[in-house]
Amino acid sequence: MTHAPDEDLLRAHAPQVLAALLRRYGAGQLDVCEDAVQEALLAAHRQWPRDGRPDDPFAWLLTSARRRMIDRIRSDHHRRDRELAYAELWQPLADASTVHADESIWLLRLCCHPALSRTAQVTLTLRAVAGLTTAQIAHAYLLPEATIAQRISRAKAGIRSAGTNFPPPLGPGDRLDQVLDVIYVMFTEGHTSSSGTDPSDIRLSDEAIRLGRLVHEVQPDHVETAGLLSLMILTDARRAARTDARGALIPLDEQDRSLWNRDAITEATSILDESLTRGTPGPYAIQAAIAALHDEAPSTETTDWPQILALYRLLDYTTQNPVATLNGAVAEAMVHGPEAGLSTIDALVDLGRITDRKRIAAVRAHLLERAGRTAEAIEEYRDAAQRTLSIPERDYLTARARRLES
Amino acid sequence: MKYLILMHVDPEVMASLSLEQQQTIGDGHQAFMAKTTETGEMLSTHALGAPSQTKVVRSRNGRPETVDGPFAETKEFMGGYYLLDVESEERAIELASELPDASIDGLALEIRPVMFSAGADV
Repeated sequence: MTHAPDEDLLRAHAPQVLAALLRRYGAGQLDVCEDAVQEALLAAHRQWPRDGRPDDPFAWLLTSARRRMIDRIRSDHHRRDRELAYAELWQPLADASTVHADESIWLLRLCCHPALSRTAQVTLTLRAVAGLTTAQIAHAYLLPEATIAQRISRAKAGIRSAGTNFPPPLGPGDRLDQVLDVIYVMFTEGHTSSSGTDPSDIRLSDEAIRLGRLVHEVQPDHVETAGLLSLMILTDARRAARTDARGALIPLDEQDRSLWNRDAITEATSILDESLTRGTPGPYAIQAAIAALHDEAPSTETTDWPQILALYRLLDYTTQNPVATLNGAVAEAMVHGPEAGLSTIDALVDLGRITDRKRIAAVRAHLLERAGRTAEAIEEYRDAAQRTLSIPERDYLTARARRLES
Repeated sequence: MKYLILMHVDPEVMASLSLEQQQTIGDGHQAFMAKTTETGEMLSTHALGAPSQTKVVRSRNGRPETVDGPFAETKEFMGGYYLLDVESEERAIELASELPDASIDGLALEIRPVMFSAGADV
């Protein structure tokens, strides 16, 4: 993959060109339209360095992609006449004013088609909206290219068989929840890669933030969109402090906070604050508020734990998600002592609300350590280490247990 | 998520199978490979030689020493594996259950998540 200066520009325009073509031809033509866009991008790579970048790169790409579509139609003997007549009826191709700012969102919604599995939605989004190549996606997931290619073609087939045309958007918020969830899955897979040696695959999280910005730009009034964007930026702002030179994880309370990206924190906090004036926060906005309190505090001791605890209770109430309660137990321990946190967890386990044994063991281990119950803490650290599939996390938990043993 | 399905085999059970049963197993694996390749879930599969062809390199007084295998002193040994890319553990179990081995007493399939991958084709 070349890294010409136009690369970012092309990546930003590609989904919009694709969306414009799909609007004309229908989502059932995703394969063909995508090929046309790829060919237009290749042409740009070839011609721009030689002829100079055009004044309106988007119009150039759209014209180029659409010519390729017409070429393709012309070569299709069976449909030739009908399609040509159809092509004649098109509005002038290079008219950028016919393209709406929300083309990428439209495309995102297409990729988040309810007929597809979450994995398929994410993969297709990475390909069609983020503009990553099959090889790049395969690398991010440590999977063979053939597997990713299969996933993409399965996803396209899924959309095709679910209906050749994408259902018209019912409103600006249509399918937005799925879009946000897909972006967040993409972010978390990049941020805390669930398996492998690299605890943070920067590319996927960067893509997720880029898409989050895009959605936020189009839907500035949507509280959860702002919440998600803010949450991702706030989490990402700690990236440099999350691992040491050997890639081992560093817990929040031991991180060098001078490494946190202050500009990013300021930006995310203002996005969040502004959005909270517009409506009721949902799970993403609440989690962003929690992340903001962490990021604004100079140390663990000066963190506003009572407010974090209150936000976790609100999150638990809003989502009924036991993971929120489990995380809230840490805040509970900071406010009311480790034993209080432990009894919250025990109550959750007794109710059978949590099945993620690894998370329970890891959180219990920390609280037991803080409570001075060293032997039990060692046992829980070891238990959690055995259950994780992330090598950095396993090493961190094992190191924690060793430290208590010595 | 990547899962390894390990095929555990008991040589006595294998030897007692009729020709038709062996054929059924062979056909079942062919169909399984075709299906998982079609769905994009197949990453790779390999079948392994018999325990009599197996060597074990292990430490003796801190130095590597080669002895006859297999590693574990059991009747069953690992006969091969499938490496799959599936949505969930449930799906891995579902696929393993479709293998012909799952319907023969004395054979078993072990399902384990992959923690790290590296190599020329990942």
